[in-house]
Amino acid sequence: MRPFDYSRADSAKDVAGAQIIAGGTNLLDLMKIQVMTPEKLVDITRLSELTGISAEGDRLRIGALVTNSALAADARVRAGWPLLSRAILAGASVQIRNKATTGGNLLQRTRCPYFYDTSQVCNKRNPGEGCAAQGGTGRMLALYGTSEHCLAAHPSDMATAMAALQAEVEVMRASGDTVRIPLRDFYRGPGDRPDIETVLEDGDLITAVILPAPRAGARQVYRKVRDRASYAFALVSVAASVEMEGDTITRAQLAYGSIAPHPWKNHEVAEMLQGQTASDALFHRAAEALTREEAPHPDTEYKRPLLRRTLIAALRQATGLGDTAGTDTVRTPA
Amino acid sequence: MKDTFTMDCPQPRLLDETHQGVIGTGMDRPDGPQKVSGTAPYTADNPTEGVAHGALVRATVTRGRVAGIDRASIANLPGVIDVITDPRMTRNPAQGMAGEAPVQPGDAVHYHGQPIALVVAETFEAARDAAQRLKVTYTTENAAVTPENGEHEVGEPDAAGDFQRAFDSAEVQLDREYTTPSQVSAAMEPHAAIAEWKGNEVTLRAAQQMVRFNKAELADTLGIDESQVRILSPFVGGGFGSKLGLGPEAAAACIASQKLGRPVRVVMPRQTVFDCVLRRSETKQRVRLGATKDGRLTAISHDDQVSNLDGEGFAEPTSQASQFLYGADGLSFTQTVARIAATPAGSVRAPGEAVGMLAFESAVDELAQELGMDPLELRLKNIPATHPLDGRPYSVRRLADCLTGGAERFGWKDRAVKREGDWLVGMGMASAARSNMLVKSAARVRLTGDRAVVETDMTDIGTGTYAILAQITAEMLGLPPAQVEVRLGDSDLPGASGSGGSFGANSAGSATFLAAKDLRGQIAERLGCAVDDLTLQDGRARGANREVALSELVEAELTAEATIEAGETAETHFSSGFGAHFAEVAVNEWTGEVRVRRMLGVMAMGRILNEKTARSQAIGGMVWGIGGALTEEMVNDSRDGHVVTRDLANYHVAAHADVPRDMQVVFLEERDDWANPIQTKGIGELGISGAGAAVLNAIAHATGVRIYDFPATPDKVIAALEAKG
Ligand SMILES: Cc1cc2nc3c(=O)[nH]c(=O)nc-3n(C[C@H](O)[C@H](O)[C@H](O)COP(=O)(O)OP(=O)(O)OC[C@H]3O[C@@H](n4cnc5c(N)ncnc54)[C@H](O)[C@@H]3O)c2cc1C
Ligand code: SF4
Repeated sequence: MRPFDYSRADSAKDVAGAQIIAGGTNLLDLMKIQVMTPEKLVDITRLSELTGISAEGDRLRIGALVTNSALAADARVRAGWPLLSRAILAGASVQIRNKATTGGNLLQRTRCPYFYDTSQVCNKRNPGEGCAAQGGTGRMLALYGTSEHCLAAHPSDMATAMAALQAEVEVMRASGDTVRIPLRDFYRGPGDRPDIETVLEDGDLITAVILPAPRAGARQVYRKVRDRASYAFALVSVAASVEMEGDTITRAQLAYGSIAPHPWKNHEVAEMLQGQTASDALFHRAAEALTREEAPHPDTEYKRPLLRRTLIAALRQATGLGDTAGTDTVRTPA
Repeated sequence: MKDTFTMDCPQPRLLDETHQGVIGTGMDRPDGPQKVSGTAPYTADNPTEGVAHGALVRATVTRGRVAGIDRASIANLPGVIDVITDPRMTRNPAQGMAGEAPVQPGDAVHYHGQPIALVVAETFEAARDAAQRLKVTYTTENAAVTPENGEHEVGEPDAAGDFQRAFDSAEVQLDREYTTPSQVSAAMEPHAAIAEWKGNEVTLRAAQQMVRFNKAELADTLGIDESQVRILSPFVGGGFGSKLGLGPEAAAACIASQKLGRPVRVVMPRQTVFDCVLRRSETKQRVRLGATKDGRLTAISHDDQVSNLDGEGFAEPTSQASQFLYGADGLSFTQTVARIAATPAGSVRAPGEAVGMLAFESAVDELAQELGMDPLELRLKNIPATHPLDGRPYSVRRLADCLTGGAERFGWKDRAVKREGDWLVGMGMASAARSNMLVKSAARVRLTGDRAVVETDMTDIGTGTYAILAQITAEMLGLPPAQVEVRLGDSDLPGASGSGGSFGANSAGSATFLAAKDLRGQIAERLGCAVDDLTLQDGRARGANREVALSELVEAELTAEATIEAGETAETHFSSGFGAHFAEVAVNEWTGEVRVRRMLGVMAMGRILNEKTARSQAIGGMVWGIGGALTEEMVNDSRDGHVVTRDLANYHVAAHADVPRDMQVVFLEERDDWANPIQTKGIGELGISGAGAAVLNAIAHATGVRIYDFPATPDKVIAALEAKG
């Protein structure tokens, strides 16, 4: 690890010109292997205005420093947005979730192994250097939304759930202004600068995430498929919040994790479902539509059938077509 | 020093006659409280005054030479002391029991990730930073990094009868190919060493499994006499094979410490452990089985291809268990070694069986399916009378009892594929086998009054050696175990087998037993009775109508040292642990996720010395079995061979949630009179051997599809499900 200056922020203004550290669960790992080598760290964990979960009318404001554990356990979240609790609890380990924060989780870096290995070229580390994952091995890479410069996926479970829930990210700009950015606009595609992952600029601080009012009667499912039963990043995940009238799907909010450089959305699929009677045939068609394009790397071709099947399973579960009893059951309250 | 005892014939079962009653009991480990409270000093924990910190520099080319090391590139970094290169530095850990220096490559690079220098600094962080920033130039050469492209060395077959004829004429044939990826030991404690010189003598604190061999390896590496070397390894945070041989961190620490005239500590970051500690080879296996329609095996062949770096003598003994588990008219086993430029391969927990039995026992299961026969019956029907290759009798073998007893306990005969929502539930089983060994070992026991001290350079790598040596001694001398102190892991003490191949308890335990037995003779003499009439219990000696407290009888210290080595019984009899594994799994028909619901291992592994540590070993082994079947995979880049999965977030050992709560182990009562004088067999690795196959066979039962490329991750399961339609 390189030497660095460390300071504690007393106000939101103090973050300019330094790398923010919150829980440190991602940043410190990257610093130890020198994938990230900030010269200045600013610790925001004493900023009280970033803590706590509070109601804003029917909406919920989640402070950027709320830990993943606290968020998942919050009674309001479990009642109104159970999908979010499920997603968080499907990630990392208890110890990490106790330390990891809401803001940090949104900004966690990719798990592309070449990004972690400084003996390999990587455009995300050093733009213009090349991408070692291409022609290499890449089971964890993305399926969609990549560029020729970077094939990496965003691994966050929490962000995938928030994307399905249509959350907004509250950011305080260096100027002191506060803006709210819909999560779908918060992340940038890799383009030719895969090192720039969001719309944030120096001096910006995530202060909160806002969840819109809960959708009455929505059936929420988070289905994460991974290489072992816990403590592994998703191969693919599906976040679904589905509303029904009788057998008819009136609204489907869907997002897909670990298949793109950011939580992935597909409007065509959501529209295909809307107003239709829930059926296996419908779900198969939706899953086909979602996975039409080929994978950009041969090693992620498997994610197409896996995503297809996982979406079908999630929709069956959300609409009551599938009996999901058994290991890993995720029952969401109506 | 006494003469060496050689195991030439069965010995009396003395441990069944002694009176203390502690042998076999599930006594807590004496070192347990220290370990769970964080006060057991593992190697890197030892505070060392004036210590400098070393970080190994990683070669970033696959093959070639180091053309230049630009010391100036890091000279200005605060705290950097030196960059050490030395012809005595080593390329990789020694192979287990080598007893000589591993390859010392000079400036040659043989694989990506090889240590090529040591940067020494005042802090660990500075050393690691400088090691990464150091500018190194290379000249490079082409090298094959995949087994397909490597040069192939095809071995002579181990064979009996005429396999080809038997196979060709078999009524039912099965011919399948399987692959397993490279694996790593993944011990929790990363490799660590602290070296300090006094004059021309070096003391090395290191995380090692086999101190006697490591001492010889270090002396040879440094070009000094063994008498100038002392190794201390009292606490080791797991080995699983990775600490069998002296590692490059230890050699580098000694060389740097000598050069700098101050102690040097080298701890490998996890990534370095992945880069340069011996891996388990990937395997490509072909199993061919021939049988009669009623399920008598007539032909068995298990050929395999493994890989290693040029010049490394080790080859994963993939078909080891396949050679003696079942009989047939013709058997044949051929191994091919592909030479590749990648992290060298060596012994990783249960070398051979761990991956070989995944394939072999899957094939046996599939044959049963083709025959329309219960896989249990097929196995029971083919247990051979004698070793199928060399005709030796088995020492003691309760395979059939394990199979039938396990089937009964597990509810095997009621098995039917169940559906629970999206989950398909099925059962699988496999035989377990792991050959047993006795390795030359010495130990000393000292008795003063009613307190004893055991001394041997044997190690406890988390397995329970401290407990069992205390129990053997306590049992033999009639003492409460708390009155026995066990000193381990010091190369100045009598040299034992070390921990490897599950032979440590047999070997070091037998040496301890013999030393204690010698003391019993000395006590009998003092008491004036024949040793056969001596009773030792609770610190008192009885015999010849006298009863005296040991505290009175043994005022001055009595000492005995004993050495044991394998003898004629190893030639005349074949000794192996046997068992049976059963698993129930649920497979999600949509996502291909596999969850193990419950597991049972029934094992006959000789005398159990400590019910609790033995059970922990067996369960630990079965957990590795789950990992081998479902999760573990080391990935190398197919262009330059570098290790891609370099941390435990990417290399997936089974996590807690992968291990079912219902994880049962049953030991069948057994004594192996031909194995050693305490009638034990190796334990830990038997838990692995076959366990993964039971899981894989359960997947096949649940889904009707088989996976041939392990581990059975969701992508492979759904591909098989989709292929079936
Ligand atoms: C072994 C392991 C397994 C994991 N498994 C999973 C998993 O399965 N699923 C999953 O989703 N995640 C997983 N994670 C990732 C984990 O969720 C993240 O590490 C964690 O959420 C990061 O939060 P943090 O507070 O520790 O962030 P930090 O490490 O402190 O920061 C991460 C980044 O966010 C920036 N940052 C932090 N807070 C703010 C803020 N308020 N404003 C602006 N910038 C900010 C930092 O500058 C830094 O760049 C895993 C992590 C580990 C180590
Ligand atoms: S895919 Fe992206 S993160 Fe991975 S090596 Fe290429 S540029 Fe780097």
